[in-house]
Formats: sequence, structure tokens, C-alpha cells
Amino acid sequence: MPDLLLELFSEEIPARMQARAAEDLRKLVTDGLVEAGLVYEGAKAFATPRRLALNVVGIPAKGPDLREERKGPRVGSPEKAIEGFLRGAGLASIDEARIESDPKKGEFYVAVIEKPGRTAEEVIAELVPDVIRRFPWPKSMRWGTGSLRWVRPLHSILCVFGPETEDTDVVPFEVDGIGSGRTTRGHRFMAPGEIEVKRFEDYEKKLFDAKVVLDPARRKEMIRADAKNLAFAQGLDLVEDEALLDEVAGLVEWPIVLMGEFDRDFLEIPPEVIRLTIRANQKCFVVNDPATGSLSNRFVLVANLEAEDGGRKITEGNQRVIAARLSDARFFWEQDKATTLADHAKKLRSIVFHEKLGTQGDRVARIAQLSRELAAGLGASGDRAFLAARLAKADLVTEMVGEFPELQGVMGRYYAFAEGREADVANACRDHYKPVGQGDAVPTEPVSIAVSLADKLDMLSGFWAIDEKPTGSKDPYALRRAALGIIRIVLENGLRVRLLPILREQVERQERQVHSTAALNQAIDQAVATLGLDLSGKTEEEISDEIYRHHQVDPARVAAAAADLVAFFADRLKVQLREQGARHDLVDAVFALGREAGSAAGATGTPEPQDDLLMILRRVEALGAFLDTEDGANLLAAYRRAANILRIEEKKDDRSHAGEASREKLVELAEATLYERLSAVTAEVDAALEAEDFAAAMTALSQLRAPVDAFFDHVTVNADDAALRENRLRLLSQIRATMDRVADFSRIEG
Amino acid sequence: MSDQDFLSPLRSFQGLLLTLQRYWAARGCVVLQPYDMEVGAGTFHPATTLRSLGPKPWKAAYVQPSRRPKDGRYGENPNRLQHYYQFQVLLKPSPPDLQDLYLGSLREIGIDEKNHDIRFVEDDWESPTLGAWGLGWEVWCDGMEVSQFTYFQQVAGFDCHPVSGELTYGLERLAMYVQGVDNVYDLNFNGREGDEKVTYGDVFLQAEKEYSTHNFEHADTEMLFEQFRMAESACRRYVEEGWAGEPRERHLMAQPAYDQCIKASHVFNLLDARGVISPTERQSYILRVRELAKSCGEAWRATEAGGAI
Repeated sequence: MPDLLLELFSEEIPARMQARAAEDLRKLVTDGLVEAGLVYEGAKAFATPRRLALNVVGIPAKGPDLREERKGPRVGSPEKAIEGFLRGAGLASIDEARIESDPKKGEFYVAVIEKPGRTAEEVIAELVPDVIRRFPWPKSMRWGTGSLRWVRPLHSILCVFGPETEDTDVVPFEVDGIGSGRTTRGHRFMAPGEIEVKRFEDYEKKLFDAKVVLDPARRKEMIRADAKNLAFAQGLDLVEDEALLDEVAGLVEWPIVLMGEFDRDFLEIPPEVIRLTIRANQKCFVVNDPATGSLSNRFVLVANLEAEDGGRKITEGNQRVIAARLSDARFFWEQDKATTLADHAKKLRSIVFHEKLGTQGDRVARIAQLSRELAAGLGASGDRAFLAARLAKADLVTEMVGEFPELQGVMGRYYAFAEGREADVANACRDHYKPVGQGDAVPTEPVSIAVSLADKLDMLSGFWAIDEKPTGSKDPYALRRAALGIIRIVLENGLRVRLLPILREQVERQERQVHSTAALNQAIDQAVATLGLDLSGKTEEEISDEIYRHHQVDPARVAAAAADLVAFFADRLKVQLREQGARHDLVDAVFALGREAGSAAGATGTPEPQDDLLMILRRVEALGAFLDTEDGANLLAAYRRAANILRIEEKKDDRSHAGEASREKLVELAEATLYERLSAVTAEVDAALEAEDFAAAMTALSQLRAPVDAFFDHVTVNADDAALRENRLRLLSQIRATMDRVADFSRIEG
Repeated sequence: MSDQDFLSPLRSFQGLLLTLQRYWAARGCVVLQPYDMEVGAGTFHPATTLRSLGPKPWKAAYVQPSRRPKDGRYGENPNRLQHYYQFQVLLKPSPPDLQDLYLGSLREIGIDEKNHDIRFVEDDWESPTLGAWGLGWEVWCDGMEVSQFTYFQQVAGFDCHPVSGELTYGLERLAMYVQGVDNVYDLNFNGREGDEKVTYGDVFLQAEKEYSTHNFEHADTEMLFEQFRMAESACRRYVEEGWAGEPRERHLMAQPAYDQCIKASHVFNLLDARGVISPTERQSYILRVRELAKSCGEAWRATEAGGAI
């Protein structure tokens, strides 16, 4: 069966768009073929900087014939109905229709419409121009006087169709003045002439002879292999970089790998800076020296040309550009170091963080205070954490981070070391941003942890205080990521942190600040306007502090925001645990509990939510393990039975049966045994929970299995004696209450 | 040595400039002189901004001194200047062989494509102040950006029909490359040697120092704020008063109005360099200039050269 070869030849396609475009081309064309009834055997698409190509093999020469019968009006119907039928079916006269009869309808006309299958060439000639016109480029443009849109000007279209052994035909069509043909061109500089092509094998080979490697995967492997060899030959190791390799493979049709070098003196610049400079600006690879374990003064570049001079001029040119870039970087490095981090940090005061949440300087002050408060519980010195937090954001105003924003934190650490700071503070500058993504490690040093938690808690409480929470897909300040970061830091370091009190305090501080800033501005305006006051003597900070002290925040609002924020954490934790394979219903069962059932809850009337992430996790784990045992599964069944009976009976009686059963009214042995056991188990469970030993709590529960089973086997709950029935229902409610101390078993599914 | 050698683009800055002018003159461009106002880039020249609007064909090439007050480095940085030259080519409609024409110009100034790695690397161009954008590339020669290559899609907020192709050569960089010089001030300006040699530094170093001092430390901000307001209101007034016919079919003062827009833009750049515009204000100034550019673009389209007749 015949094959189709299509090539769309244009000016340089952005590297980042090539792979997606090749895939889109394949999908759009093959979908169109299948829709027209042309089921093909296989298809593969390719991209180079100047062309998208598609090879579809095994296309039937012709689509299937279609035969359709269309029922018409009854014989003898009015003229108008007959005419309409003829028009719709495409018949010239009624003689062309068949007459059929039906017992109900009588005699009626039937038109048989036969559509011969279209040839593949017809389909392609219609399909390809359509695909070109509606191609989903992320950004497209017009050029010259035309109206066609393509990623860059489209120059020619090669489209041949034919059997694999014989000659192929050009599928004729035209798009905006560009006619299809069978020619393409080779490498822009090394083989610019026209090439005539018959089919794919021929195309790929002729292109290769014309210095174009069609397959991006092959270009990548060529670059990878040559780059490694070149480094190896010098006793060096290539620093592999898959994303860069992909990009570079999209910038060349004929990869030539060369090695250049730069002045060793530049190696005094931090390696991250060298790598970024060389990678981001020049799209070159860096090379490690195994002898020193760090960067060497070599780099690997990928050219698109087999130069007549062997690449000497190309290498020299690249070396000069890299030297210029590195000297800019060194200038920034030296310049930044000339100012202390503490002085850099002062500039944060003039950078607005958020209109309502003040400047970066305000934020740093809050983070520093909170870091100090958190430090104690983390085994860190409050003063060290405070200092680290004061310096941690200072690198944001340095030249280097201005140039390479992705180096925030990394540079702070270098600058901290350069000015003689100790490792805990320096590392916190870098590590307080962690974890940056799912795969990134969490900070583990106490000072870093304190600053990292404080940074993220400040973000969250701030945006909650001004009610700019993430909604749906909108999360412009990455608050979900911040919450997840806190969860991971706490869990992976095994930290005990109660979130609610911290969040309350932070939300309140933020509220005060927001309101005092607004009130301050208003007060100043009023004072200046009505009294003609001169406030220049007092600093804004002094005035602000005064107002801050007098400002009352609404405690209900603060409490609500903090509670809402804890619920947000709960959601994030659920997502996180679910991703790790934990059952979401178990998470729900634990979250549904009030914190430390019975303790703090009593005072305010509403139970406080679970806010100790580590304890939540431990409880979920213990619960999961328990339910996997036979005792656990069985007890869950018993719990449900008890809860079901209670629900039904409570509904019937229209009142609750919660409460303690009365010992005197226990007549059967099984109920007496259960009663005794419940008291004992409840005490054991409470003791285990007090000791935060959730496994022991579960084990204690499992002792209920036998008496509960015996109770259901031997005791009739709905006894005729109302007093007995009441007492037994209470016993059931006690089972429920005892188990609910550990987790809300009613939330467990399955 | 013959006169020709002194004018070789490999030897002198002015030779490079003259070579590019001759090359594009031979391809039908009108070779214009720099616009006689301070601008941030060659694109601001009315021969690009205004002429890229409307249906009439246009081919122009010119060198344009470009002022970026913020980029001043008191003459201490080897490749950053607050005043530098752009060589600008505008071809409307963009011809199908624009890339080849461009490569021909590189060949002409001594960049031989058999030994140099020339690449078209994605770079979409946008000028927020002009309300303009286009798609294209930065052109790399052995890893160095030597030109911007753009197909204009919109200018002053109007779709370009036909589309213009714009080429912008950074002359100093290109000259440094072909002369093999690492410091812009060491460029040979006139192609002579010994006593007769004049370098780029001889011509511009003092100016770079003086203007850096002016731009960062002394530029009179009160005067500049006033100038911005004056230019803005003059531009608005000229646009408004230039409309003729009913309803607003013709415009009689598009270019004088646009001059005021250019003026406002440069004054804004000076204020920005002085650090007296906060980040939030910055955005609003850019929008104000863009509004001027848009109204001038609209006016231009109602003129003869803009295609109204």
C-alpha cells in the first residue's frame, strides 16, 4: 500500500516548539486520514530547525465506497414532498428511486445513494492545506503581503504519495500561493541547493548527504556521544544536561561538537554562576575536572557547521563571548561582595512585597521574629535563627540575583560565607527556600528549618489575613506549594509543631500591620490636612508603632482565618498522603477528630482541629495497619453494625442514646462482659493516646472484638423491655464513643 | 595602503557602516540619515514606526544613534554604552528572501559563512512603549548576538498589513567582532594606523563619562517631569487639532505629533535612569507613552504616506 511523505519547510522554528509541532502534525494528518476511512499502518514525524516532516506508511489508495438508503415519502405524496426528497437525495427524477412497501406505511419511495470512496490523493490534497491553516502553533505570524499564519515564514511544501517501490506522485494543492512539490533543500550553508525526493528513505538519505540529520533523537545522541568523547579525551567529564541537550538539538541540523576554554581565573566565581552564564546565555555545556571534583575551565559548544578551518574561528568567537559574559559575572560577584548582606537587606525596605502586606523589609522583620520564636522548639538558637532570617532575603537586591533570579539563596549563601558568617546562617540563606519542588530535599539544619517554616508561615498567614487565598487553578503566590513545603519539612524531620496557635498569632500580627498601615495613612492625611501638622520630625516607623499598639483587631476574624488556614493544611496533607498511597478516608477519619478529644475542646465549646501534622500522620499510619489486621477489619464491621442500629433506633425514638449504660440493668453475661471490657479499654486507649502511642491504642481497641462479637451473637438489642432496650442502645453508643477516640470510624470506606 | 583598505569593514568602524549602507542602497533602500531627535532605538525613527503602518511599500536603511540613559557605565564597562549606534533596515512588505539578503550583508562585512556559525535563535520582540510586537530571532555569530531580525505584526496597536521585515544591527558589537577587539573603546574608527588612527574611545569615551554623570546624578528631574507633561499634552493637542474632514478622514500633523511622543519617551528614560520613578509609576508612564504612540499611529494612517490616499 502507498506511503505519504510530507515536509513543511520554513524559516527557523523555535527549538522549544519543534517536538510538539511534529507530534501535532502527525496527529492532525493521521486523524484526518482515519476520518476519511483511510486506515494507515504507521506514522512518524520529525522536526529540524527548518522543517517539519511526516512519513505515513500503508495508506489504502482509496477509501471505502459508501452506500446509503434513504427513505422517502409515500407514493402519491404531494409534489412538494417529492421534490424535497429528490433534492435531498440528489436524484434527477423520481424514476431513479425504488418503491418499497410496508404493511403500516404502504408503498413509499427509497433512494439508494452510492458514494464511491475518495482516492487517498483527493483526501490528502484537501486535508493537508486544512491542517496547515489551523495548525496549533503557540505563537504564529504573518509575513509579506499574505494572510497565512505559520510560526515563521513557510517557504515550500513537499508532498509525495505512492507505492513503496514505484514512482511517487506529487499530491497537488496550494496554500496561500505555495504549491506542493517534490523538492526540498539541504543545510542552509553547506548544501543550500534543491533536492528532489521520491519517498521517505530517499528523503532521509538525501538530506543526510546534504548535511541535515532529520531525526531529533539522532541529533541528540550524536551531540551526547561527541560531547562525552571530547571531554573524555581531555580527561574531563561532561556535565550532562538533558534540557539543554534537547534545546541544542533543536538549534542545529548538522551538529558539530567543539570544545573551548576560558581563563582559569574565572573559576573563582561560584560554579552555579559559571554554569548558568554558559548555559543560559550561550547554550553551551560545562565540564567537570575529576581531579578537583569541580568545574574545569573548558566548555562544550555545538555548532551547526562543518567549518573549512575545522572550527577554529567558531571556537575563538565563542570563547570571546563567554569570556565577556564571565567578566560581567565576575564584576557582579565582586560588586555584590563589596556590600555586606546586612546593608543589602536595608534595600528590601523600599521594595513592595504586596500592596497590603508591606515591603520586603516588613516581611523580613516578621519572618525574623517568628524564626526566633520557632527556634526553641527546633533545637536552634533563637538569636542565630533571627540573624539568619534577617540576612536570608538580602541577596534579592544583589546584581547577580538581578541577572539570574534562579540563583536566589544560592548567592546569599556564598555572600554569607564570603563575609565570614558561619555555616548555619549561610546555609539558611540558601536552604530556607527549600523544598522548591516535589523532588527537592527539605532543609534539615535547625536554623534553616526555623527560617524556612517562618518564611512560608508568613506568606500563608499574610494572604489569609487579607483574604487572598488560592481559588481553583489560581494560586499566583504559590501558597499551595508553601503549605506543602511546611508539611514536608515537618513530617520528614519528624517535628512536633502545633500549627493553630502559631497561625493565630501570625494572622493577628498581619492583621494589625495591614490595618495600622491603612490607619496610619488616613491619620497622616487627616492630621496634615486639618492641623497643618509637620510630621517630618517623627519617622514613619514611630508613628506606625504607636498606631499598631492602639489598634484592636477583631479576634473572631483572626480565629476564623487561622482555622480556615489549618483546614487548608489538612487539604494539602490529604493530597500529599494520597499521592504517597495513603487512603484518603483514613486521613478524613483522623481529621474529623477534635484535637486531643475532650481536652482543650471543652473550654471553647467547639473542638479545635487536628493541627499537629506529625501526629496526624502517625495516627493515619497506625489506623491503616490496624485495619489491615483481622481484628481491625472485624471490629470495623462491628462498629458499623452498632452505628447502624443506633442510627435507626435514634431516628425512631427521635432522641439520642448516647451515654453510659447502667450496670444494674445488665442481665446477660455477654452484655456485662462487654460493659466491663469497655471501661477497661477506654482507660487503656486514653492512656495510649496520652502517650501518643497510636499502635497501642489500636491494640487496646482490638480487645473489644471478642466481647462485641459475643454481644451481637447472644443479646437482642431491641428487647421488649424498654429499660433493657435503652440500656443496650447505650452500650452500643459506648462502643462507638470508645472507638471514636482513636479515629472517626464512620468516615472509613470499603 | 589604498583608500579602499582604510574603508574596509574589517579595519574601521566607519567602513562597516558605509559597507552596510552601500549594500542596502544597492538593494533599493532609501538610505536615510539618523532622525534628529533623541531615541532609545532605531525603531523609533518615523521611517520605521510610522512607515510600517498602512499599505504602501517602503524600503529604508539608516544608522540611528540610540540613547539608553540607564546603560551608562561612566566609560568603565567594555561593552555597555548609554549612546550607541544601531543600523536599521526596514523592508515592507518583507521579501521572501529576507534571510538571504541579510546573510549577504554579513558576507559583505567580512563574516564568511563557511567558517562562522550563524544561527537564528528565537527572540520575540516587543516594545511596550510603542504598542508594537513581532516574531523573529536574534542572530548569533559564533555565539554572539549580532542582529535582531523581526517580522512586525503590530505597531502602535494596529495590525501590520503588509508585514514589514526589520533588521537591526548593533554596530559596535559587530565591529568589535570583525575587528577582533574586546573593548569597544579600542575599536578603530577611521581605519588609519599610528598618529592618524582615531579610536571609538577618542570619539566617545569623554561623552560616555559626561552623560553617565548627567544621567545618573544631575539630570534636572523637575525640568524633566515638566518636559514630560509638556510633550504629552502637546502630542495630544497636535493629534486632536490635526484631524480634518468629516468624520476625521484625514490627518494633517501626524509627524509633528509623533515627535512629541518620541520626546516623552526619551524624557521618561532619563527620569527612569535618575531612579525617581517607582516600579508602579513606571508601568503607568509606559502606558501613557503607548497611548501617545497609538494616537499617532492612528493619525498616520489617515495621511497620504499612511495610505489614506
